[in-house]
Amino acid sequence: MEVLVAVAIGAMTAAGIYLMLRLRTFTVVLGLSMLTYAVNVFLFASGRLVTGAPPILGSLDELSDPLPQALVLTAIVISFGMTALVVMLALSAYLNAGTDEIDIEKPGEQPETGG
Amino acid sequence: MVHWIVAPVIIPALFGAMIILTMRHDTLLQRVGSLVSSVLSLAVAIALLVGASMGDVASYELGSWPAPFGIVLVLDRLSAMMVLLTAVLGLVVLCYAIATNWDQRGRNFHALFQFQVMGLFGAMLTGDIFNLFVFFEILLIASYGLMTHGGGRMRMRGGVQYVMYNLAGSTLFLFALGTLYAVFGTLNMADLAERATQLPPGDEALVRVTAVLLLMVFVLKGALLPMHFWLPNTYALAPAPVAALFAVMTKVGAYSVIRVFTLIFPTTLGAMGGLVSDVMVPAALVTLTVGMIGVLGGGTLARTVSFGVIGSMGTLFLAIGTFTEASITAGLYYLIHSTLASASLFLVVDQVRARRGNSTLHPQAPMGGAGIVSALFFVSAIAIAGMPPLSGFLGKLMILQAIRVEDWWAWGYAFVLVTSLLAVVGLSRAGSVLFWRPFDNASPQDDDFTVVPGTTSSLGLAAMGALLTLLVVLTVAAAPVSRYVKATSAQLFNTQEYIYAVLGTPEERAARAAAEEALADQLHGSDHGAPAHPEAAGHEEGH
Repeated sequence: MEVLVAVAIGAMTAAGIYLMLRLRTFTVVLGLSMLTYAVNVFLFASGRLVTGAPPILGSLDELSDPLPQALVLTAIVISFGMTALVVMLALSAYLNAGTDEIDIEKPGEQPETGG
Repeated sequence: MVHWIVAPVIIPALFGAMIILTMRHDTLLQRVGSLVSSVLSLAVAIALLVGASMGDVASYELGSWPAPFGIVLVLDRLSAMMVLLTAVLGLVVLCYAIATNWDQRGRNFHALFQFQVMGLFGAMLTGDIFNLFVFFEILLIASYGLMTHGGGRMRMRGGVQYVMYNLAGSTLFLFALGTLYAVFGTLNMADLAERATQLPPGDEALVRVTAVLLLMVFVLKGALLPMHFWLPNTYALAPAPVAALFAVMTKVGAYSVIRVFTLIFPTTLGAMGGLVSDVMVPAALVTLTVGMIGVLGGGTLARTVSFGVIGSMGTLFLAIGTFTEASITAGLYYLIHSTLASASLFLVVDQVRARRGNSTLHPQAPMGGAGIVSALFFVSAIAIAGMPPLSGFLGKLMILQAIRVEDWWAWGYAFVLVTSLLAVVGLSRAGSVLFWRPFDNASPQDDDFTVVPGTTSSLGLAAMGALLTLLVVLTVAAAPVSRYVKATSAQLFNTQEYIYAVLGTPEERAARAAAEEALADQLHGSDHGAPAHPEAAGHEEGH
């Protein structure tokens, strides 16, 4: 089980980083979501992988740690909200600028806003 | 007294919610609400600083869940100082934004502003590292809104870059926290500090990995090379009052480095040794160089100033990365100075933009009111470059003095002094192009640019004057301030005080354990079958 989870986290992280390094916003957003999936599973695994054990201290020899589950819940909520926000932001940047490239500096030109 | 520790988080949270729910249709009401909130926060921050300067570390258990099971807020000298700095800067910047009508260029400026300040206060007060992540997210979400406030083509695109960079940073933070929990089994900072000293030898590699991951997250916030790429575009494209407020956001990264790497991973820890210093000092020297070369080469005043911020963060991280009591003392003094100086420069950038349409470093026809703006620029530039007589000079002098005992001191001296010269040259070039060259007859005439009404109001200039006055006060009152930061640094290195304040002294803990045992016996005896340890089930529920 440990190997399987580790491979899954590794594969998702690798895919996430690859997508994040692309030039266009859409793939970068996908990459970031992929990375958050990876980190959620990783957090879940940080309390050790146990199956079929209750999250209660002292009743049995084996127990599953409830804290990482609470952490994952927080992380999921935050990353979900962030993804929604970055999609909206990327969309409005695209509509404003007419391009969805991440890079904003062209040679010999420095960005400047009027005020 | 102890309940006031949570006030800096609650006040902006309440006012922020009120502004967005009930005041959003009325400009005046929003402004009053926001100002009241900032003034209240400032008053509480002053009270907290007075309380903290008595020397005791105070801990506040949220929901009365005892540490390490619940979340705690901890007030020590460092937290109190950072909270006060944020409160002061927040109030000044808010006044500027109101005076220049910046708050009316988009929607919900005041609510976002309050949430941003709340996130900053929370991050500086919390004693739980997952809670630190949550407050980082709060301040980041608000900063995403503030960064793109007012909209515009370039600003939206800069915003996308900024958000994505920070989302990647947040993911990294979560990876670090997962590793941390897997190794230590706790997330309370005091508990972490205690357990770090009792780790089995096999875990040393994991401890180092965790430490470096956390370091990367924090220096990303603090724009240490090579994690600085987000800063120049963000600060140059953000609305100026927001950029001025962001001056304290990079300092949150510096604060977190100081807190975590003096408390949890100190150099005295066997697994760590000089690892952090070995990484941070060279990185800081390169940051300093790149920042000040950027000052020399910036094509607009906004970018010049942004690179100045990177340079000053390099100086700050040089002091922090040395990790001695004297260097942290110097670093803390420089931190206050650098926050105020860079905020003031960003407001100058805004005045220049408001008066001539852009801050490009090409001569144009003279701007209106150039005299007062150039005076403000002159003083702020002296401050950020670290020239006498202002506090930047004192700060740099203290840092140089503190690193004199290290083996590599000559490198430090060479980099700091040469880059200061670069900064002086770069800033004087920018100043002369903007303020002197326009009076050449050859300067091209302005196209049909008109000043937006309100942007050049004298109230805004008064807010900038207030920032510079604070810099002067910091210089004149250098003795009491440095006494305070010296005591702060001493407190940081005496980690036992922090741990005992949060977890209790060994005697208190023994007494509590005995009481719990007695309670458990009683419950078992009466045959109710109630859980013996309510904390275990409620384990950090607040997350």
